[in-house]
Amino acid sequence: MSLPFLLSVLVAGALFGFGLSYATMIQPEVVLAFLRFEDFGLLWVLGSASLLTMLTYQLLPRLLKKPLLAPAFKAHAATLDRNTLVGAAIFGIGWGISGVCPGPALAGLGAGNWPMLLALAGIFAGAYVQGRLMK
Amino acid sequence: MPAIDVLFPLGIAQYLIGGLIIGFAVSFLFATTGLIGGMSTFFTSTWSFVSKWSYFNRETFVSSRNWRLVYAVGLIIGAAIWMLTAGNPFQTSVSWWQLLLGGFIAGFGARLSNGCTSGHGICGIASLQVPSLLAVLIFLSSAMVSANIVKLLGGV
Repeated sequence: MSLPFLLSVLVAGALFGFGLSYATMIQPEVVLAFLRFEDFGLLWVLGSASLLTMLTYQLLPRLLKKPLLAPAFKAHAATLDRNTLVGAAIFGIGWGISGVCPGPALAGLGAGNWPMLLALAGIFAGAYVQGRLMK
Repeated sequence: MPAIDVLFPLGIAQYLIGGLIIGFAVSFLFATTGLIGGMSTFFTSTWSFVSKWSYFNRETFVSSRNWRLVYAVGLIIGAAIWMLTAGNPFQTSVSWWQLLLGGFIAGFGARLSNGCTSGHGICGIASLQVPSLLAVLIFLSSAMVSANIVKLLGGV
């Protein structure tokens, strides 16, 4: 991977982290308020982010032969199987207990929200156990 | 309008603008590198640096672990820039057991499902993937149930 490639990834990640912070998604309290029907703002975050990304994902491969720094556009491939659906249900249970999901756990750390280290440790441990149960 | 105040007591500007910045970030990643920018795979692919277990060393994880690590570092830097320029230092008051236990369950589930709020949520919906849309509806529902149960049990 070239330096411009990795720099692009870094910039994209930084924009992502800035956006998550700006949207107050790095505050578990705001996420929990959404899940408890007290503030539906999270729908605006998910909606606006998804719609803008949808435009890019759908239009860009028609306008450009390839991305600026790589040979081909990747495709998001989700499979409709038991693991996808059961895993989603389990993920939701954990998200509802903590108010934290993977992106905000990382971004929260950057904003000095040190208790997020606990959530990060939990996510790493959960991913480890999941991986060890796979062959 | 009172109805709006009830649904969005803190207003909508920060949510809308923050969401657009996130959408721009994922779009920028796609335009420059062609990569799909979900977050949860990072928590599996990073184990391949230290574990010899075959699953963690699958080609899909080993070949993406470097950029995923850089992406994760970017998230931390971006949030730090936000705090230094626009934001206020903030510490969550959610209990330690909620963060640790909830994190563990969310990490396990997201990896079993191969996606989280960014992978299935933003990237999956944007790719018009039916499995991702179903996953989003399922995790929103189960999260609403568990968040309300935790509140009843006295959690933050």
